Amino acid sequence: MDLMKECWTGKINTVTLGATEKEGGTRTSQITVGGETALPFLFKEGDIPHAPVIAMEVLDAEPTDWPEVLKKPFGDALKDPVKWAVKCVEEYKARLICVKLIGTHPDFGNKSAADAAKLVKDILQAVKVPLIILGSGDDEKDNTVLAKASEAAKGEKCLIGDATEKNYKTLAASCLADGHNIIGESPIDINIAKQVNILISEMGFPLDRIVVNPTIGALGYGLEYAYSIMERARNAALLGDKMLSMPFICFVGQEAWRAKEAKATSSEHPEWGDESERGPLWEAQTAVAVLQTGGDILVMRHPKAVEEVRKYIDSLMKKG
Amino acid sequence: MLVIGELINGMFKAVGKAIADRDKKVIQKVAKDQVAAGAGMLDVNTGPYEKNPKDAMKWLVETIQEVTDVPLALDSTKADVIEEGLKLVKKKAMVNSANADEEKLNTIVPLAKKYNAFLIGLTMDKKGIPRDKNERTEHAVTIITKCQEIGFNLSDLYLDPIVLPVNVAQAQGIEVLEAIKEFKLLCDPAPKTVVGLSNISQGTKTRPLINRTYLVMAITNGLTAAIMDPLDKELMNAAITSELILNKNIYCDSFLDSYRKR
Repeated sequence: MDLMKECWTGKINTVTLGATEKEGGTRTSQITVGGETALPFLFKEGDIPHAPVIAMEVLDAEPTDWPEVLKKPFGDALKDPVKWAVKCVEEYKARLICVKLIGTHPDFGNKSAADAAKLVKDILQAVKVPLIILGSGDDEKDNTVLAKASEAAKGEKCLIGDATEKNYKTLAASCLADGHNIIGESPIDINIAKQVNILISEMGFPLDRIVVNPTIGALGYGLEYAYSIMERARNAALLGDKMLSMPFICFVGQEAWRAKEAKATSSEHPEWGDESERGPLWEAQTAVAVLQTGGDILVMRHPKAVEEVRKYIDSLMKKG
Repeated sequence: MLVIGELINGMFKAVGKAIADRDKKVIQKVAKDQVAAGAGMLDVNTGPYEKNPKDAMKWLVETIQEVTDVPLALDSTKADVIEEGLKLVKKKAMVNSANADEEKLNTIVPLAKKYNAFLIGLTMDKKGIPRDKNERTEHAVTIITKCQEIGFNLSDLYLDPIVLPVNVAQAQGIEVLEAIKEFKLLCDPAPKTVVGLSNISQGTKTRPLINRTYLVMAITNGLTAAIMDPLDKELMNAAITSELILNKNIYCDSFLDSYRKR
């Protein structure tokens, strides 16, 4: 019996993060995502030229709401973002680092744009993998912080975010000027995802430098809904909708570790079992679902979850 | 929906004159304007008065292909005129057209097959235009059967139910719409459909409105292509919006711009 094969006409854009010396940057490696002409891991229906990648998350301020089980693998490095990034790359083999400048938020330390720019420079110095740089989510502050951070990383072809429907112009202009890629964010809403892309592209931003953050929910917290939105966008893209043909970035770690099922200790919930297994599993399970609906870049936290999901990706990419 | 630009036709005065004078600039501008406005294919018709239609077709195809890569629908009642164009096209062309006449089918279908072209099959024969959806469907079956016999790929076939002017044959408007729906049941995958849209408003005083309204109705009934005026922006907007409401494209606030950037 023959397999029923879907024949798609569209293609996901290919986006490259990181500029090596040859391209005017200082990275020693690059990450390329996208380029799919079929749904995730359906190798018989089209090309899946680039494996999904995992970025490990580094914050510019010591996390206050992380449970012990999540803090433990990083130890003292949590107090020093540069050390933290180095640890992710050297010890946990991260090929991509995501620096979240949460400490610049007016309510979480209010660090200056200059502090953020210096940190970005220091991390670029300390690790040679490509960087994702995120603001704190405060629009006004992000417009000054990310502009400085972008400038500090000029020519390194980072991925910077997030641009939103209400706040995209400043960031898009910075990323254009400094040669970075950009993340367009929408609140689990396919219509807004498309609108953000068209708004950014109308500023002259090339479509193959945009990555979509569809926003997701963790396992048990709206994962199915996020999954279906991503699936619908990916279907439209493969049918030729260029305004949805971007790779996805998914903030798996951030969402999974919000869940009480991941965070709670076994003394609080003895029936749930050991949190040192349960927490990373919650994160890995969220990641696996997101991969199956088209996640290209997963931003994750716990090294154990990262390792498991990396193995999972490797096994799927063997095309067996 | 596939928009086939109708403006390169010798029936239009300025184009007819440009063809007669072999004035490349005029033709190339009409070609480029239609493509920029969203035409995915351009109809090419030398017009009824051309003394040497083969030569005119050759010149038109060469002239158009100097400025655009979009495929061409070679529009003539004469097989040798169409073939002149088929010899030159760079992209998979469309043969416009065959009808349900045995004789016509026996020349045109093999021609389309030989050059690996799409084919428009008009659902009429030498007895004239069809009276209702049933006659249209009968002709459609004749065309499909002949294509199968000859080994012409049915997915390259576009059935044309023959649109007639509303001020002449008012009862035919609905028959055409229903025929579009019926054609879909004739084979699997469903055959494609095309209309010469502007016919609906021929001789009326409100052409754009009638064209626009009818296009929306036809798209709703499953129309896959139309030979029409892509420079009529409201008409194009109506087509884009119809497909949006039919859930063929994903909504965003700038859906018109987004569609045009495809």
